[in-house]
Amino acid sequence: MDFSALNPVSLMVSLMIAATPVLLAAVGELVVEKSGVLNLGVEGMMIIGAIAGFAISVETSNPWIGMLAAMVAGAVLALIFGFITQFLLSNQVATGLALTLFGLGMAALLGQSYTGMKPPSTPHLDIPVLSDLPVVGPILFSHDPMIYMSIALVAGVWYFLNRTRGGLILRAVGENHDAAHSLGYNVVMIRMGAIAFGGACAGLGGAYLSLVRVPQWTEGMTAGAGWIALAIVVFASWKPWRLILGAYLFGGVTILQLNLQALGIGISAAYLSMTPYLITIIVMVIMSADRRRASINAPASLGRIFNASH
Amino acid sequence: MRKTLLEIRGLSKFYPGVKANDNVSFTIQEGKIHALLGENGAGKSTLVKMIYGLVHPDEGDMLLHGEHYMPHKPSEARNLGVGMVFQHFSLFEALNVAENIILGMEDAPPRAELNEKIIEVSNQYGLPLDPNRLIGDLSVGERQRVEIVRCLLQNPQLLIMDEPTSVLTPQEVEILFKTLRKLSSEGVAILYISHKLDEIKVLCDHATVLRMGKVVDTCIPAEETARSMAEMMIGGEFAMPTVREFTPGKTLLHLENLTLESLDPFGTSLANVSLELRSGEVMGVAGVAGNGQDELLLALSGERPTDAGMVKLSGVEIGDMGPTTRRALGLLAAPEERLGHAAAPDMSLKENAYLSARVRQGLTKSGFTLFGKRDDFAREIVEQFDVRTPSIDNAARSLSGGNLQKFVIGREVLQKPTVLVVNQPTWGVDAAAAADIREALRELAAEGAAVLVISQDLDELMEMSDTFAVLAEGRLSKPRPAAGMTVEQIGLMMGGNLEERANA
Repeated sequence: MDFSALNPVSLMVSLMIAATPVLLAAVGELVVEKSGVLNLGVEGMMIIGAIAGFAISVETSNPWIGMLAAMVAGAVLALIFGFITQFLLSNQVATGLALTLFGLGMAALLGQSYTGMKPPSTPHLDIPVLSDLPVVGPILFSHDPMIYMSIALVAGVWYFLNRTRGGLILRAVGENHDAAHSLGYNVVMIRMGAIAFGGACAGLGGAYLSLVRVPQWTEGMTAGAGWIALAIVVFASWKPWRLILGAYLFGGVTILQLNLQALGIGISAAYLSMTPYLITIIVMVIMSADRRRASINAPASLGRIFNASH
Repeated sequence: MRKTLLEIRGLSKFYPGVKANDNVSFTIQEGKIHALLGENGAGKSTLVKMIYGLVHPDEGDMLLHGEHYMPHKPSEARNLGVGMVFQHFSLFEALNVAENIILGMEDAPPRAELNEKIIEVSNQYGLPLDPNRLIGDLSVGERQRVEIVRCLLQNPQLLIMDEPTSVLTPQEVEILFKTLRKLSSEGVAILYISHKLDEIKVLCDHATVLRMGKVVDTCIPAEETARSMAEMMIGGEFAMPTVREFTPGKTLLHLENLTLESLDPFGTSLANVSLELRSGEVMGVAGVAGNGQDELLLALSGERPTDAGMVKLSGVEIGDMGPTTRRALGLLAAPEERLGHAAAPDMSLKENAYLSARVRQGLTKSGFTLFGKRDDFAREIVEQFDVRTPSIDNAARSLSGGNLQKFVIGREVLQKPTVLVVNQPTWGVDAAAAADIREALRELAAEGAAVLVISQDLDELMEMSDTFAVLAEGRLSKPRPAAGMTVEQIGLMMGGNLEERANA
């Protein structure tokens, strides 16, 4: 076995690409959960985003319009979830699961004629001079714009949640919706906004998968990325910066696993494909072992139905 | 004569099947403390919610400073100088004091400036607060300060206080009253809602009495007795519990160094709690909320198992047994939180009766529910404890707090427990229902059971307990006979006076 075939720089680059869809979906879900809503439909919204982004990009030959369409598609799907859970007061867990199943089926239907096509390529944003630096250049300064955007989005969400009045209100709604209501905040509309944002982020994550990372449309191509995004939110204990750590850790294991397969290690590929998920479970068990700490960060109203009549 | 601040004219609010408020009129003068008196369900909460803009009246109008006043949401009310401190605090445990205050303000100043203002205002009114502490770490009294300071920062002209003293120690009540008197001397009017008549008598200038949504009387509290006001409130005389001879029998419940770590990050762990509860004894456990009361109930009900020897029932070690086994053996518990803990909110009363009484009342046979027997038991509770509900098919959620509490207590008492543990048996329950509940618990003890009452209402504990102990920071003082203790002594023990606790 020749480990020297593993180039750390290219590993790092592909790690970031692998992590970005999950990171985008996770940062959206973090905002949703901070507002006290548990949307388990991330996987469904991602795959709808993947096909919507892919199809629109192919039709318009413009990846950016495709990504925009993916965000709209994800948000629309999320708003269906929002309507059912916030206005019709249905159970969030069941509705979220249904959303995932619906999204997977819907995407497969929409995507039939797009299988095997090639999407328009997304240009790289090579920062002059800096991107020519050895090692640092390719890792930090030579990516497609979406990678920078995903990091900027995490920073933006952190700033919003911790430094603005709007973020404080959002956290308050997630912490105690009855109290927020009695102070005169519109719990349902704030949550609908968060749910739409979460859907848009998940849709964008899906589009990144079908337009940049793979880039191709295959049925069921999200392959559990939405679930990993959900897990990473808990892993990050609802702190935006830790999402990056979680997503890159996951991306790292995925990439390493792929490379090890390519090297022909004598372990079945099935086991290697399992590792990212296994690692996620192990990390989550370790993280949640300390119940006191984890429960302080968890939004107290998470998943609870809000009924304004009392 | 002071000027009229708020005039309420013929306010009515109808809910399906209920007139929450029916043609309510009264006026509040500037700088006066005005009491709103009434039993649970008399319509006090609905009325103040209309004044604060949370509920919109169906009929009638209001004048503030002689001008039309009808807020559509709380922020409008706050802008016009009406602030409200809720009975169930509208606070966020995971946020700090300053953040909580910002959420209740319309245009909050920058953080540094706000922090200074919080410190300044809170000290000015004798309610010191640290803006950077998490609400979850504060005592109930301190949390109430946050609510009050939040209102004060917006220079209110009318401050609505909904049952502010129900969770305070006597010392904290004194501080609160000082603050309210200072505010009223500065011209702020206060609308004070309570059913604690003694407080109204010493604090309030005027009182309006509500019953069944209507104004039935007005009075000047200083000229009335607590009893005469209670009679206005309930429209008749209510029975005071009789004094009972206390002759303890053999030990039924024995706790030995009960230690339990709290799972709630803001909870208090129990440390070496020991007590002996005897047949015929009612023991009162006082203490400010959050000092281990919930944990004590969980350890006794069996929801949190401990080492077997830590809890003994009639000599049998039961510390490691679950709730069902304990119930079968005769140890029953009624927790504080009515909806979601003592009763399943969306299940009917008969289903709720079944959930707790299945084993002791023999409501199953070969794995099948005996529906007739179950319904009879539910009906018996409703009749004997005067639970006001259209039928036993109604969901627990649909009952008012007081009625549901009567149901919960009745359900346990009628199962003839050997030992009954109750947490806050009369919290938020009106005077007449509270008296009934206390009477039922004392009767249970008179028949030979042992009753452990965990409560924050000292008057209640003094009235019904034979022995008395204080739970502070998860430690239980040595139980003493309740006779001869003064409320001041106990208050000091509760408030965490170390010297007293060491002696206790």
